[in-house]
Amino acid sequence: MITVRHIVALLCACLGVWGSAAVGQDDFALSEDCPPGFELTSGHCELRSLYLMYTSLEGAGVGGLKTGLPVYRDGFSPQQIDLGRYLFFDPVLSADASVSCASCHNPDLGFSDARGRSVGITGDPLARSAPTLWNVAFLKSFFWDGRAASLEQQMLGPLYDAHEMGSSPEILLQTLNAIPTYRRLFAAAWPDEFASPESQIRLDQVYTAITAFQATLVSLNSRYDQYAHGYADALTEPEKEGLNVFRSFVARCAECHTPPLFTNQQIAVIGTPEPDGLPFDPGAQVPMAEPSQRGGFKVPSLRNIELTAPYMHSGKFATLREAAAFYTGGRGHAVPEGEELKIHWHIWEPDLTDQELDRLVDFLKTLTDESFKPRTPTLLPSGLQAVHNKPVETGITQTGVEHNE
Amino acid sequence: MNKLMGVVAAIALLAGGFYLGQARQPAPTVIKVPSEPKAAFTSSGAEEVAAAAVGPANVRSLHTPTSGELIVVNDGESIQAAVKAASPGAVIKVMPGTYKETVYIDKDNITLSGVIEQGRYPVLEGEGIRNDAVLYSGNGVTIENLYITHYKGNGIMGQAGNNFIIRNNFVVDTGVYGIFPQLGKNGIVSHNVVSGIEDAAIYVGMSENIDVVFNQVFESVAGIEIENSRHALVESNYVYNNTGGILAFVTPGLPIKTCGDVLIRNNFIVGNNHENFAIPGSLVSNIPQGTGVLVMACDDVVVEGNIITDNESVGIVFTDFSLASNTATDPDSEPNPNRPKILNNLMRDNGQNPAPAVRAVMAAMLETTGPDIVDTVGMDDGCILNPERFRTIGLGKYSECEFSTTANVASYTLPEPVPPRSLENVDKGKLAYYGVCAGCHAYASRMIGPPTQIIQALYMDNPQGIADYAANPVKKRPDYPEMPPQAHLDDETRLAAAQFMLQIKN
Repeated sequence: MITVRHIVALLCACLGVWGSAAVGQDDFALSEDCPPGFELTSGHCELRSLYLMYTSLEGAGVGGLKTGLPVYRDGFSPQQIDLGRYLFFDPVLSADASVSCASCHNPDLGFSDARGRSVGITGDPLARSAPTLWNVAFLKSFFWDGRAASLEQQMLGPLYDAHEMGSSPEILLQTLNAIPTYRRLFAAAWPDEFASPESQIRLDQVYTAITAFQATLVSLNSRYDQYAHGYADALTEPEKEGLNVFRSFVARCAECHTPPLFTNQQIAVIGTPEPDGLPFDPGAQVPMAEPSQRGGFKVPSLRNIELTAPYMHSGKFATLREAAAFYTGGRGHAVPEGEELKIHWHIWEPDLTDQELDRLVDFLKTLTDESFKPRTPTLLPSGLQAVHNKPVETGITQTGVEHNE
Repeated sequence: MNKLMGVVAAIALLAGGFYLGQARQPAPTVIKVPSEPKAAFTSSGAEEVAAAAVGPANVRSLHTPTSGELIVVNDGESIQAAVKAASPGAVIKVMPGTYKETVYIDKDNITLSGVIEQGRYPVLEGEGIRNDAVLYSGNGVTIENLYITHYKGNGIMGQAGNNFIIRNNFVVDTGVYGIFPQLGKNGIVSHNVVSGIEDAAIYVGMSENIDVVFNQVFESVAGIEIENSRHALVESNYVYNNTGGILAFVTPGLPIKTCGDVLIRNNFIVGNNHENFAIPGSLVSNIPQGTGVLVMACDDVVVEGNIITDNESVGIVFTDFSLASNTATDPDSEPNPNRPKILNNLMRDNGQNPAPAVRAVMAAMLETTGPDIVDTVGMDDGCILNPERFRTIGLGKYSECEFSTTANVASYTLPEPVPPRSLENVDKGKLAYYGVCAGCHAYASRMIGPPTQIIQALYMDNPQGIADYAANPVKKRPDYPEMPPQAHLDDETRLAAAQFMLQIKN
C-alpha cells in the first residue's frame, strides 16, 4: 500500500509533463450547455423547477406539499460547472493522487460512499460519514456539525485535512498550474481573467468551479414530488400510509425533516448512538462553543436517503428500517451513561408499530430521484484515472443509469 | 419533575431580583383624567390588513371556494374515499355516525363539513390507536362540525395550507395538539371546543395572519399557543382549567425564528390551575401550574381587555428562554419579549396558591401570593396602562402606553385568499421543460431521449401531439429506450411544456 502511494506521489511530482503527454489537449472542451434542471440565461445557468411555482412562509423553504424552496445557489456559467465536474472526479486534487471528491461523494452511491465513516488518503476511518451532495445548493450550513456556511468554505475541510485529501493551498495551485489542460480549461471558464498567457489558476476559481458543479446536483423529481405537484396516483396506498405516519404528530418526522427538502436545516440533539467502541461525538457543541448543543447534528435531507446507507453521523444503522426504529426506542434510550443531553422535544415515545415502521420505509423510498445524475468523465485533465469506483467492502445496490452525455 | 422545579425556581429568582431591586413601597396612585385622545394603535399586521381593505362589514370574510360538487358520506362509509373522489371546490358532507379513520386532504379548496342532526355529530374515533384525525396540506380548506376524539397525535393538523378555516368542532381527549395549523398564512380557528390535550389545545405554529376567536379550551396543559408566528389575533376565547391559559412563544431551534405582533384580547382566562400532565421533554412541561398568560421571547405582544382571574401562580408572565432550560440554545433566536404592551385587563385573585417553587421565592420576599404581572427580564421598552391597579414585579422600566386600545384592528386575517403560488414571472411550461423534460432531452445533443431539435422538426405546430404522446408514450425508436409516461404532469402543464419545447432556440 505504502509503496503504491509513493509511486503515485512520484507521478504527481511530474504531472505537468506526464499529464499532458498522456492526454491530448484537444480531448477536453467545456460544455456550453447547462446541465438538466437549468436554463441558460445571459451566460448563466439558472435553476428551473416546478417548485418555483410555490411560495414559502418567510422564504424559509419549509412547509408541506406545495411549498417553495429556500434560498439557493445557482447562476454559474456552463463552463464553470463543467470544469467543476472534472475537478470533482480528479484525484489530482489529493496529496498522493489516490482520492477524489467522488471517492467519498460517489455519484453511484447517492453521492456518499456506503461507509459508516469515510476513508481518506491514510486509509483509516474518519470521525463521521460523508453526507450526500444531492441538493446541497439549497443548504445554508455544511458538515454534520454545521460548522461551514458555504460550499466554498466547506471544501477547505476535505481538501486540506491530512486524513482526507491531504493537500495544501500551495500544492493544489502548483499541481493545477503545472497541468496545461487545466490552465486552458480555467481560461475557458474565466476568459477575462486569463487574458495574459502568464495568468495563473487561482484558488478562488477552483473553489467556485467545484461549487458550481455541486450546486447542479438537484433531485426534485421523485415520485413524492409528482404526488406533491398534484398527481395522486404517484404513490401507492402503503406509501401514502407511510407519508401520513411521516407527517403525523405521533412519529413527527416532518417536524424536522420538513418538505420540500425534507430538512429544516436546524441542529438537533437526538441522542443517536455511536458504532460499538467509538467515543461519544460532541457534534455541534464544538463549533458553536455551546454546551447545550452537545451531541447536536444538522438535520440531514431525506431525499435519496435510500441510496446512502448506513445512516446517522457515524453510520450506526445499516438500514432505513433500523434508523427509523431508533425514533421509537424512547427518549434518550441510547445516550451513554454520564452524558446529560438536551434531547430535542420532538424525540419522545411514539410507540410506532412494526407495520408503521415498514410503511415509513416504503415512503422514504419514494424520495429517490437520480434523473439529473451527472456524467462521470471518462478522461481527466490530469491524465489520471478516476478512482472513486474502486470496490468498497460494503456496497449497496446501484440504481439509476448514467446520462447527460 | 426536579427539572421543572429548577426552572420555576430560576424564573422566580429572576423575578425576585427585579423585585428586590425596586422600592418595596408602591408608588402613590395618581388620579388622572385624559386630556387628549391617545394615539391610534399601529402594527405591521394592521398595515397589511388595512392595505387589503378590510371593512367592518367583511371581517373574517374568508371562505373556501366551492364548485357546486357535493359528496355525501353516510355512516359506515369512508370520508377518505370521498376526499379521494373530490375535485377542488367540492363540498364533502359527513352525516352523523362514527368514522374510524385518518382523513388527509392534499387538494386545494375542499370543504369537509359535518352534518348535525338533533345534536348528533359525525364522530371521528381514533380508538387510541390512530395517529391524527384530519391532516391537510391543501390550500383553502374548511373543516367544520366534527366531533373528534381518542386520537394519539393531533385532532386537526395542517402543513403549509394557506387560507384555512377550522370551526365549530369538538376535539376531546385527543393526543398532543387539538387543532394545529402549521406553516400556513391566512386562517381562522373559531368556535371550537377543545379539551383533554397533553400539549396545546389550539396551537398555531410558524404561521401568519391567523385569528383564533370564540373558542372554548380547557383541561389541557396549554389552552392556546401562538408559536413562532406573526400577526395573530387571539380574541374572545374562554380559557379555563388548563395548566397555562394563553401562550405566545418563540421556541428556539425552529426554522422560522420570530414571533411577533400578537394581540391577546378580550379573553376569559380563568382558573388555569390544572396539574401539568405534559409529555416529558416538551416545552410546555415547564409551565408552572396556575399560569394565566405566558409570553416567552415573542415580540410586540399586546395583552388587552382580558378577564384574568383565579390563576393560582401568576396572571401574566413575560419571560425569556430561561423557561426553556430543557432545550438546546439557538443562537439565531432572540430571547427577549421585546416591546410588551399591557392594556387594562381585569385581574383579580391571581397567585393565591402559587406552584411550590414560586411560593418558596415569594416567601423569601415575605409574600405568600404570586403577582398579577411579572416581567422576569425587566424589559425597558414595555408599556402598561394603569399599573397601579396590579401587583407587579419587574415592570419598573415600563412606560405608559401611547395607545389605549387595538380596537381599530378587527382581524389579522386577509379578506381575499392569499395566492397559493407566486404567479409573477412564472412560466409553467418553461419550469416543466427544464425541471422535468430536460432530464432526458437536451436541445441539440442526444441524452436518454432524442434531442429537442428533432422533436421540434417532427411536431412543428402540434404541441398537443407532444402533450398527448408524453402522457402515454409508445416505443418508437429502436436506438432509444421507451419514454416513461409523464401523466403525473396535468394536461395544462404538459401542454405548456410542449409549447415551450417547440419554441426554444438553444
